Amino acid sequence: MTAAVRAADVAVGTELPEQTYPVTRADLVRYAGASGDFNPIHWNERVATEVGLPGVIAHGMLTMALAARAVTAWAGDPGALVEYHVRFGRPVVVPDDDAGARVTVRGKVGALGDDGRARVDLTVTSGGEKVLSLARATVQLA
Amino acid sequence: MALDPALVGRGYPPSAVYEVGRQKIAEFADAIGEADPVHRDTDAARAAGHPDVIAPPTFAIALTLSAAGVVVEDPDVALDYSRVVHGEQRFTHHRPIRAGDRLVATPTIEAVRSIGGNDLLTTRVDVATEDGEPVCSATSMLVARGTA
Repeated sequence: MTAAVRAADVAVGTELPEQTYPVTRADLVRYAGASGDFNPIHWNERVATEVGLPGVIAHGMLTMALAARAVTAWAGDPGALVEYHVRFGRPVVVPDDDAGARVTVRGKVGALGDDGRARVDLTVTSGGEKVLSLARATVQLA
Repeated sequence: MALDPALVGRGYPPSAVYEVGRQKIAEFADAIGEADPVHRDTDAARAAGHPDVIAPPTFAIALTLSAAGVVVEDPDVALDYSRVVHGEQRFTHHRPIRAGDRLVATPTIEAVRSIGGNDLLTTRVDVATEDGEPVCSATSMLVARGTA
């Protein structure tokens, strides 16, 4: 249950490989079904604009899941993520086209504990704007 | 109406048992585009040190969201769900959720605040096996816009 990345190979400031994930309307429908979150603002343009949103937006939890992928892809084990917090700052608006939106995840090791745990500070953007803030993942390294 | 600070600490009964299916884990992994075989292939999961296929780190939301819904629908809380947005989310994992787990989710109100006309409700949902082994906690801060 530990990562492939060894604590000895990581330092404060170590950067994770940058990842970019496309998010289409079809992805939102699939995520709604898998998660059970059928809030219409994630699939219905009419409802989304009626409540004052610029359009259909991605589930915050989908954006959070994508950011976690960037962390566990680096760590080498999805089971190594022990603590994970995000604040949903700005919605990811997903246009009704084949390209959708793009979510870019950057990460940097912000702290290393004696217990082999690394805190990764994440910067998650879409369309050049930060969509998550205070996004931090703690990973148990090998 | 602003939320009553006396709600802090209020607990709710455990949910019905949620049985974690391997197909559900695979479906969730597909939905977030995660291709790691530890979510689908028992041998790969065992090689990585897990007893069975494990769920992605945010999978718990599939059961904790409905558990937190019990709090939102508490007559003393009664947030207007159409005004609610997800403000913050935290997961603390004691171990990964895995196929075959029989889980119960127990919500507690951790904090209430009213800021700028918005009600902020923080609910912690503790997830354990039905035998009482702690698995994870999911803390959600919900913002009800313009209700305070």
